[in-house]
Amino acid sequence: MSYLDYQVKYVPSGLRKLLYVNWPLVLLVTAVSCMGFIMLTSIASGRMDLWAEPQIQRFGLGFVLMMMVAMTPIWVWRSTAWIAYLVSLGLLVLVELVGEVGMGAQRWIDIGPLRLQPSEVSKITLVLALAAYYDWLPARRVSNPIWLVPPLLLIFLPVVLVLAQPNLGTAVLILGTGGAVLWCAGVHWAYFAVVFGSIGGAVYAVFETRGTPWQFLHDYQYRRIDTFLDPSQDPLGAGYNITQAKIALGSGGFTGKGFMQGTQSRLNFLPEKHTDFILNTLAEEFGFLGSFALLFLYGLILLFLFTAAMQCRDRFSQLLILGIGVTFFLLFAVNMLMVMGLAPVVGVPLPLVSYGGSQLLVLLIAFGLVQSAHVHRPR
Amino acid sequence: MRRQRTDTSEVWPRMTRRAILLGTAQVGLMGLLGWRMKQLQIDQADEFRLLAEENRVNMRLIPPARGLIFDRNGVALATNEPVYRIVIVREAAGDPGEALARLAKVMPLEPGDIAHTLEEMDRVASFVPVTVKDRVSWDDVARVTANAPALPGITAEVGLSRHYPNGPETAHVVGYVGPVSDYDLSLMEDPDPLFQIPKFQFGKTGVEAKLEDRLRGKAGTQRIEVNAVGRVMRELTRDEGTPGTDVQLTLDAHLQSYVEARMAGESSAAVVIDCTSGDLLAVGNAPTFDPNLFVRGISVADWTRLNEDIYRPLAAKAVQGAYPPGSTFKMVTALAAMESGAVSPEDTFYCPGFTEVSGTRFHCWKRGGHGNVNFHDSLKYSCDCYYYEVGQRVGIDQIAAMARKLGIGIRHDVPMSAVAEGIAPDRDWKRVHHDDDWRVGDTVNASIGQGYVLATPLQLAVMTARIATGHDVTPRLIKTVDGVEQPSGLGAPLGLNENLMRRVRASMFDVVNSERGTAHKSRIIAEGMQMAGKTGTSQVRRITAEERARGVTSNEDLPWERRDHALWVNFAPFDNPRFAVAVVVEHGGGGSAAAAPIGRDITLQALYGGFPPLEAYPSDRREEIAQMQGRIRAIMEGWSVPALERA
Repeated sequence: MSYLDYQVKYVPSGLRKLLYVNWPLVLLVTAVSCMGFIMLTSIASGRMDLWAEPQIQRFGLGFVLMMMVAMTPIWVWRSTAWIAYLVSLGLLVLVELVGEVGMGAQRWIDIGPLRLQPSEVSKITLVLALAAYYDWLPARRVSNPIWLVPPLLLIFLPVVLVLAQPNLGTAVLILGTGGAVLWCAGVHWAYFAVVFGSIGGAVYAVFETRGTPWQFLHDYQYRRIDTFLDPSQDPLGAGYNITQAKIALGSGGFTGKGFMQGTQSRLNFLPEKHTDFILNTLAEEFGFLGSFALLFLYGLILLFLFTAAMQCRDRFSQLLILGIGVTFFLLFAVNMLMVMGLAPVVGVPLPLVSYGGSQLLVLLIAFGLVQSAHVHRPR
Repeated sequence: MRRQRTDTSEVWPRMTRRAILLGTAQVGLMGLLGWRMKQLQIDQADEFRLLAEENRVNMRLIPPARGLIFDRNGVALATNEPVYRIVIVREAAGDPGEALARLAKVMPLEPGDIAHTLEEMDRVASFVPVTVKDRVSWDDVARVTANAPALPGITAEVGLSRHYPNGPETAHVVGYVGPVSDYDLSLMEDPDPLFQIPKFQFGKTGVEAKLEDRLRGKAGTQRIEVNAVGRVMRELTRDEGTPGTDVQLTLDAHLQSYVEARMAGESSAAVVIDCTSGDLLAVGNAPTFDPNLFVRGISVADWTRLNEDIYRPLAAKAVQGAYPPGSTFKMVTALAAMESGAVSPEDTFYCPGFTEVSGTRFHCWKRGGHGNVNFHDSLKYSCDCYYYEVGQRVGIDQIAAMARKLGIGIRHDVPMSAVAEGIAPDRDWKRVHHDDDWRVGDTVNASIGQGYVLATPLQLAVMTARIATGHDVTPRLIKTVDGVEQPSGLGAPLGLNENLMRRVRASMFDVVNSERGTAHKSRIIAEGMQMAGKTGTSQVRRITAEERARGVTSNEDLPWERRDHALWVNFAPFDNPRFAVAVVVEHGGGGSAAAAPIGRDITLQALYGGFPPLEAYPSDRREEIAQMQGRIRAIMEGWSVPALERA
């Protein structure tokens, strides 16, 4: 079935499009964002003006943008994917040249009232570009090594630029997202086997050669790995943050200490409590019930994204929605692994909940893309 | 416009399969996240709750107020005095350098103070108060408070510190406190957590040390909530603790003060004991020192001066100093002999001025001898030869037993530092300590309180009180603890023949009041206040036969440390003994000249409860006494001046 056939026949037009929006998904996104507003209020000891209000304003702006993106036909986004990718790549280069450096070496560009982090943008534009590429590429050429070169270039250009910032966390996320899109596009599993195999082999080699004259890393790098594996070895040094984060999380218990009653965050034992470690405050104040509810909502969002992807019939929409889903998943999974002491602290915020403008806007626009595909899908 | 689109149907099955695989991986990872949440928040919740509590709650100790020490009449001997210090908090000070410069205009500051404060402020968090100057005067506090608006972040804090209002007078008895040191802590088995407070004061000597556990009290605790950098957020709970117990001594502050003043300038010790209760009314040690010097940590210069003084001002000689008791021991020898029946009071012995024992000549203090002497005269004249003879007849073991019965050679349980045991030697003692047999010559020496015999002024006072009453009087220094009266020191009768005791007291009366008695010059003539006593002069050097041949060198011609010790014991009033007194003047020369007048004056002071009228003294002494009383009054008024500055 050709795209254009149903484009005219089945796609709603005008305000009727609003009826076809995936409202449960919008509701879920709003609900998670509201949990963020509550936490940002609590962390500021009840003050809204510090973090919650700017966040709500950004959410409002993002919500409007999301709906605007959703109302725009999906094929418009498909045909502008390349431009979007090139623009985001240009921004990454620009930020290298003129960007401002802040905590954790995140680079941003000041655009009026907005601080734009191009690395956040490039996650979505990469998914757009890859989806468009595989939409265009005939299926039989997908696993052809020569046709694998362009998408790998698409992935590694932003990865290298982000690594140079340096922002290891986002680089890993971009790499993971790109890999997941390639996987869904049907690239032969042997490629993935080779990549995972060599990563495993490298890790094994790094640890096996430790203590020998030909070890791969410096001693201090090994010690960092040790601290990650067992933070209690160095509770006041590098392990301090993660130790305090686990104390905050664990001390919440099943039901938590109550709204604005979290001592670990209120007394500043918790680092980055309104950004990367916001889950720990949530867990401290609302306990296992609160943190598990958030995980559950995230799971529901993923489920709706997956369903939406399966409902679409064209490759572009499917790859786009699956790619955005993987981006979203990797964000919260890496953050949660990190703040619960299962992954090294790499500076990845909790999606929709953590304080931060760029990511919230980019995520809402991404959900707008999902809605656009959903509204304009073949019926 | 029609564009060529890639139909999804071609790759549809593979895509769905891949997506489902990816979804499964995501679900798996989310399962891991959920499991981790359960592990941390449910399984290990209690552990983390404890850690969170440890994070935020700090315990602070509140030092209790130390128990006060009073004399028997309620005069404070050791108090807690507020001390003020000026502190600055950086975050409230704005520009600390300028605030301190303004402070220097308000109160005297040394340039080092400011530099040191600024340096210290750089090292601590901005909310931690830093001491600018410790122990500032009340005037300075008032000036700082009055200028508070111009001195942002600068405040006066108050704490408690030990103070001894009668400093030097009671220094040896009350002792002193000092800041606890690491060395002190290393000696303690289970140190009180209070000792972790920097510069916490605890008893180092005397009653302060011996009753430390009662005086210290129990620490209060304050649970406070702190944030990650240690700033105090709020107080959670507060327990004030228990202040230390107040202690009342048996000392009479006025008498104690008088005794110290009377002995000033000598190296001496005196003890006044209440015969009827064993209460120690005065325990004098001269020279003395100002215990307040030790409270905040003594300076090296002061310490060296005190420690190298040949008069040993830091020693509590009244209980630590063991001296050969000399003739004051003769009552012991006589009682041992008469009680055993070896000698009767009427037996007379001839004194030619010396006695030959196994080829050695033992001399009487009177070269020409006393002729025929019975017990009564022997004590009155202090004839040595009589005791050489009597001592040999009764034997050392019975003399030593009598000495211990009367309180010599046993350690009295008085809460002062390093209380000495003295020595009442016998055959066993010499075997143990010198690995030698007891010889007759040893007995001869011991019979007049020389040789191995050693007694402290406290023991001599106890001996005199026991002779005066016939009862087992034990010294008591603590009158009440926490308002509870401590047991009296008056014990059961000693079980000695009262007839003999009366004879001993009668001859002690004649020592003072008979015209030929050795202490006649120191008699008291006031009705009903007359005293009985005994002089003692103990040699600290050996007089060679050669020296004796050409004439014994007089004390005045000897260096201080080789002169004889002067001793004196007495009780009064004779017919109804109330006080027993013992005086030792180190290297003071003869007991009758150097020690007996001190004993007399102390006794009168105790009997009258203040300065006695001159009529109590024989008329030929009154002029001299009046002068002396004026001198002593001046010293007593000047006590508040620290001893070392006065010197």
